[in-house]
Amino acid sequence: MDFQLSTEQIALRDTARKFAREEMAPVAKAYDQTGEFPLDVIAKGFELGLMNMTLPVELGGLGLSHFEQALVVEELAGGCAGISTSMIANDLALLPILIGGSPEQKERLVKPFSEKLRFASFGLTEPGAGSDVAGLATTAVRDGDHYVLNGSKMWITNGGHADQFTIFATVDKKAGRKGITCFVVEGRPEGLTSGHHEDKLGQRASNTVSLTLENVRVPVANRIGEEGQGWQIAMATLDNSRPLTAMLAVGIGQAALEHSIAYAKERKQFGQPIAAFQGIQFMIADMATELHAARLLSYEAAAQLDAGQRNTLVSSYAKRFAADTAMKVCTDAVQIFGGYGYSKEYPVEKLFRDVKLIQIYEGTSQIQRLVIARELLKA
Amino acid sequence: MKILCAVKRVEDPDQKIKVKPDGSGIVLEGMNYKPNPYDEIAVEEALRLKEKQGGGEIVVVSVGDDSFVTEMRHALAMGADRGILVKVSSPTDSDGAARLLAKVVEKEQPDLVIVGRQAVDDDQAQTGQLLAEYLGWGQATFAAKVESLESAEEKSKTPGLQIEGGKVKVIREVDGGLEFVDVELPAVVTTELRLNLPRYASLPGIMKAKRKTIEELDAASLGVDITPKVKVRSLSSPPARKGGIKVPDVATLIDKLKNEAKVI
Amino acid sequence: MSNVLVLAEQLEGKLKKSSLHALNAGKQLAERSGGKVIALILGKGIGDAAAELAAHGPSEVWSADDAKVEHALAETWSKAVEKAAKDAGATYVVAASTSQGKDILPRVAARLDAGMASDVLGFGGSGADVTFKRPMWAGSVIAEVEISTPVKLLTIRPTEFPAAEKAASAAPVQAFALPELGTPKTHFVEFRQVKSARPELTEARVVVSGGRGTKGDFKPIEALADELGAAIGASRAVVDAGWVPNDYQVGQTGKTVAPDLYIALGISGAIQHVAGMKGSKVIVAVNKDADAPIFQIADYGLVGDLFQIAPELEAALKAAK
Repeated sequence: MDFQLSTEQIALRDTARKFAREEMAPVAKAYDQTGEFPLDVIAKGFELGLMNMTLPVELGGLGLSHFEQALVVEELAGGCAGISTSMIANDLALLPILIGGSPEQKERLVKPFSEKLRFASFGLTEPGAGSDVAGLATTAVRDGDHYVLNGSKMWITNGGHADQFTIFATVDKKAGRKGITCFVVEGRPEGLTSGHHEDKLGQRASNTVSLTLENVRVPVANRIGEEGQGWQIAMATLDNSRPLTAMLAVGIGQAALEHSIAYAKERKQFGQPIAAFQGIQFMIADMATELHAARLLSYEAAAQLDAGQRNTLVSSYAKRFAADTAMKVCTDAVQIFGGYGYSKEYPVEKLFRDVKLIQIYEGTSQIQRLVIARELLKA
Repeated sequence: MKILCAVKRVEDPDQKIKVKPDGSGIVLEGMNYKPNPYDEIAVEEALRLKEKQGGGEIVVVSVGDDSFVTEMRHALAMGADRGILVKVSSPTDSDGAARLLAKVVEKEQPDLVIVGRQAVDDDQAQTGQLLAEYLGWGQATFAAKVESLESAEEKSKTPGLQIEGGKVKVIREVDGGLEFVDVELPAVVTTELRLNLPRYASLPGIMKAKRKTIEELDAASLGVDITPKVKVRSLSSPPARKGGIKVPDVATLIDKLKNEAKVI
Repeated sequence: MSNVLVLAEQLEGKLKKSSLHALNAGKQLAERSGGKVIALILGKGIGDAAAELAAHGPSEVWSADDAKVEHALAETWSKAVEKAAKDAGATYVVAASTSQGKDILPRVAARLDAGMASDVLGFGGSGADVTFKRPMWAGSVIAEVEISTPVKLLTIRPTEFPAAEKAASAAPVQAFALPELGTPKTHFVEFRQVKSARPELTEARVVVSGGRGTKGDFKPIEALADELGAAIGASRAVVDAGWVPNDYQVGQTGKTVAPDLYIALGISGAIQHVAGMKGSKVIVAVNKDADAPIFQIADYGLVGDLFQIAPELEAALKAAK
């Protein structure tokens, strides 16, 4: 395994880092406070090619490897997790089409995203189906050459701004997973409404809404794959995005670690910088070690995708470990800052709030453990 | 219009530079490198001129070793068209660099040469002017613009240099104000910080840059004497921040500020 | 001959003070090399400037008062300086590291096939073996450099050399015959002197900052800043109280500044403020409380009431001009 980055990879990483420091970080606090959609920053990122990174060259993408995408996501996360999530959400919504769609569907439903700044949303989770996503209740009923969708979705990123939605619905509730089917709703047709922007603990710049589908008609041409293939497509999508989600956690943790190191050197108590105290030194050592382990797990998960291998196990290791580790790192960062860590004037409390979500979405840390155990214990 | 820009690989200006205990050099362990910021500004200006004119070619030249390719690729990723690496076995001084650049200029025949006013490692600020003299060209150093870097003009990527009637019109930042000069082309312009804000190397740009050519020339093949005229004997750190003193009155304070600290 | 040629500078007929610092540097070199200092001045209507130059101790002043050198164009001036250096038998050619010196001297170096050291802070070596101390990496490193060519050019940083003093008698001023200057390709169009409004906080050379001790009255800060051509900063307490705009805040959650001179008035020196200004070259603190933490990082501390001291400081600076 070669850990050396190529010249191009260094350049990609450096552009993402510069963008995070100069465009995202200066406005992160304000967007966190207002929860306003950071459209201007996202637009700048789009111009630089930092969005839709998952698209292959033939669909207008850059042909970045999964590993390269991971490098970029870590840097963006260090700028602001909420803004980063807004930028990478398109990939989550478009991946099902890339994985299960026909060439015609990819051309029609994916390629336009590389040409103009637009938003797409991934609609899997429901008010009553989070971890138990196989129990989703949105229905899709065939009517001639359309399906009619009814139901509601919850915690949908960019839902308030998207003009394309990848919706998972069931054609046969009794069939459980085997009824789940993937559809793409184009535009914001009558019958599809989004709720208010959720008032969240963290990643507040990221637009999160509920969606209601009332008799939304979707042409058969927009069904991705066959009826009943939705579950597989969703799981393959999450396998693909999991390394990036893990890197998002690593990036937030890295920012927290850097702030902690700088502060520990500055803050004096009992006549010396607190960095001189072993208690603080041990915290920082553990934070850095575990964060780097999370980073390497994520690199491997990404590298497996690049090698065309199924990466469910390692990507679950990565996402579970990175989310939990980054949460610990951010908690310790607040602790290192002491009273100032508790204040919104200092950057670490935002990181603490932002990173918490990663333990929850795209498969909770508990679900990840079930996935890992299942992989290891299967016959 | 063909524009030539020089790009130097320098230590990251945001990193702390430490001198080795024996003074023979700086500590290179963990060092990051970047394109010289003033050179990025030069490339940016060239790009703006090309965009304004609707055509032309931008060639970036580096004098250095293989590691300089990284910084040249950055310039190509910004949008420059091709690169020339003049390979030297050890770093040249400003004069050596200028003589080598002069040979490349003779070969390439650009209409305009834009270089940074100084490299942020040696801070000598001579190469552009030496080059202009070796070429027998006019020069305009410390090129900036009237509008601020927050202005609408800057946001719309308006060039600070103006090409008109075979001349380049330059606004120079000099002591006490701005000097407006016209220089007949071909000319050498050196950039000041307030000329423009360089664009990012976009991700598509980085991918495109992979396919752009970097020609390698051996310095020896250019037939110039690049024996250094200026050599560093040793390096040391500036005096560390000493503990302060209390002064009894304003008169003493002024005296200290003027004669000891030399800040007023 | 091992003489030193010093290129002086004038603006609108008035000698620039930087030239006196360059003259001093030239004298130091002349002492080392056993030669004399010849000061060169070019321009139009420069009689007074030449006289002032002559009054400050060079051995000779060579003056070219001519419309052909009215504007300091490097292309033509470099030819003049080259001739002067040759005529003077100069081993060293010195100019102050001003925008003019930096613009012109390298072209002279090229013409003389000589090495040049920029922004010299002082000299090292012994006897006639002169080395040059100059900043590298934005001053975080001091380099001792040697120039191997017989003729050596340098620009000097004016703040590192005292200004030459007025001499007992004035040196002779003789007319310097310009060489053929040719037709320059560079054309002067206009010089626009910039009106000095307050400089930007993060780029100012001098910052005057106020803290809780001002009790909201920033007039002494402003007056002192005006006198020094300084930017204005503030501690967080003052911004929180709404006394000044938050744009003034210097500190860990405000702006970071690193001016040559930072004057902290009525600021206690909490670490959060210090974090934003500890990179300043020189820190001056004025505070009523002798135990205020700011005195631990200040180079010069003055215990007292800022409402007395600031105006006193302002008046003394005005007088020293």
